[in-house]
Amino acid sequence: MNKNLLKSPTGIQGFDEITGGGLPTGRPTLVCGGAGCGKTLFGIEFLVRGITQFNEPGVFMSFEETNEELIKNVASLGFDLEDLVKHKKIALDHVHIERSEIEETGEYDLEGLFVRLGYAIDSIGAKRVVLDTIESLFAGLPNQLILRAELRRLFRWLKNKGVTSIITGERGEETLTRQGLEEYVSDCVIMLDHRVTEQTSTRRLRVVKYRGSIHGTNEYPFLIDENGFSVLPLTSLGLEHIVSNERISSGITELDKMLEGKGYFRGSTILVSGTAGVGKTSIAAHFAEAACKRGERVLYFCFEESPNQLMRNMLSIGIKLETWVRKGLLQFQATRPTLYGLEMHLAVTHKAVNTFKPAIVILDPINTFIIGDKEIEIKRMIMRIVDFLKANQITALFTSLTSNEGTLESSDVGISSLIDTWLLLRDIELSGERNRVMYVLKSRGMANSNQIREFILTDLGVELREVYIGASGVLTGSARVAQEALENAEVLTRKHDIEQKKRELERKRKALEAQIAALHADFESEESEAIKLIRTEQDMIKRLEQDKIEMAVSRKTVIKNSTNSKLKK
Amino acid sequence: MKPKKENSDKRIKKEKTVKTTNDKWVLRLYVAGQTPKAITAFANLKKICEEQLKGKYSIEVIDLLINPQLGSEDQILALPTLVRKLPVPVRKIIGDLSDTERVLVGLNILTVS
Repeated sequence: MNKNLLKSPTGIQGFDEITGGGLPTGRPTLVCGGAGCGKTLFGIEFLVRGITQFNEPGVFMSFEETNEELIKNVASLGFDLEDLVKHKKIALDHVHIERSEIEETGEYDLEGLFVRLGYAIDSIGAKRVVLDTIESLFAGLPNQLILRAELRRLFRWLKNKGVTSIITGERGEETLTRQGLEEYVSDCVIMLDHRVTEQTSTRRLRVVKYRGSIHGTNEYPFLIDENGFSVLPLTSLGLEHIVSNERISSGITELDKMLEGKGYFRGSTILVSGTAGVGKTSIAAHFAEAACKRGERVLYFCFEESPNQLMRNMLSIGIKLETWVRKGLLQFQATRPTLYGLEMHLAVTHKAVNTFKPAIVILDPINTFIIGDKEIEIKRMIMRIVDFLKANQITALFTSLTSNEGTLESSDVGISSLIDTWLLLRDIELSGERNRVMYVLKSRGMANSNQIREFILTDLGVELREVYIGASGVLTGSARVAQEALENAEVLTRKHDIEQKKRELERKRKALEAQIAALHADFESEESEAIKLIRTEQDMIKRLEQDKIEMAVSRKTVIKNSTNSKLKK
Repeated sequence: MKPKKENSDKRIKKEKTVKTTNDKWVLRLYVAGQTPKAITAFANLKKICEEQLKGKYSIEVIDLLINPQLGSEDQILALPTLVRKLPVPVRKIIGDLSDTERVLVGLNILTVS
């Protein structure tokens, strides 16, 4: 055999991803599980997909259902076995043994089975074989020793034939299968399970063992619907998704401005959380509309409202979602969270995304799941959804309802670490009003605004206003309006004050100038007076001296006595 | 598909069909090649028939190696298998028929004789 383990793709959605390519080529695989868990279907789908997708004919050997029953049963899944039989692509062989008809006398072997199988394989050149459920032989044949020896031989024989085969087996009490088939088929063992918890049933699949190959070891939910099987490769085996630098608008201009003016990153995960009635859905609807306007597909999961109700409600804020639904860009998936288990939801999500191929997925809201399930499981589920969407470069927007008690920052689902951009909406009750505010709690990879903005729902959609932040705290609504008016008034008064002060100053300056002028005038007049006096005095002195001289002249006295003469006078 | 009766190995015997009004035994022995088990089974069968049903039985040996498509008709799994086609109901006896008593019980011969 080949050194590298060759794998035969099953074509079953998701299964090939878990097993890294499918079932081991040329080897038998054991598929076990309880009644009604989908073993037969798994086998049939393996064959049909093998024929239609990989052109590998197959043999289905049934130990339980007759060919007619089988054809009817799988017709509901869209498999036309009759047609495949006609085209020699599939060979059906119903093996039936009735214990009461059989008498055992002496030695025998199961060569008859080998011959039949060999004949079926050779007649159509089969590459794949399904034996469903070979354990029925144990009920029909009394000699267990021979049977076991022959089964061992059968599986070896199948290997030698080089056919990829599936052997189904009923689940046993403590062993994987009732008859311990796992002893013989040891290359690959797959377990199917159908569990009911809290009244909701979930089908799960697990690769118990896969010799020579890595595989996901988790339990993967799967669903069976009109298109057959689909398994969810829940957590992808790595965190290796491609990241995009592309930015996409949130549909709200103001919000885009808060996110560097560009909006969210493509492929990122956005959480809008908040208390009841704060407008989470409105933000989601805006985002959806913006995407549709860009021509992108949007898948909207609503878990609380019916699509019609949602569309009507959004109409009131001017978002016409119906147009986009009609254009086929927007698709709603409305289911009650309680309809089925978490994994099933996941499976449905997975499937819907794979068929619709949207660029944007909205889940509104995610925490309604809490009703039935445990928080950790929800977290795991959201993680799986996030991983899955990220791997597909799909931008996801979740809304989450937070209760009034407790901190708003701890989202109920506890998924904050998975979120790239987190918008928090809250209401502020003040002066008899309840107003909405919004802020960006975090936004990975961008310099987001740290502002708290008031969030208003108008006829034209969501509007974000600046909130008043001042000495009296954050004010919103009419309180904000009042405060703004108050502030405006204050500013006006101040302006008046300043002007008045200016005028006063002017007046004072003018008064001062006037005073100065008056003083000048006074001084000038005094000055001229003084000069006049000085002149008169000088004139008088001159005249006296003149007189003295004249007297002296007349008295013919020496001038030096003049002083005495003066005194005498 | 060739008619069963033509393609025979040398042990195909279809003789001694004696018309008795109510009792006509049509037996079919399935084998795959001439394995020791097959040979033993045929010998045992022949012996029992000669002893118990002389003159009113027919044996048809079908070799699945030659006509594998015949295996599903009688729901053959184990080899050798002896099928009592007539009288109805159909009975099957698997093994090399070495346990004569059980063969007789299986064929309902014990009550017949």
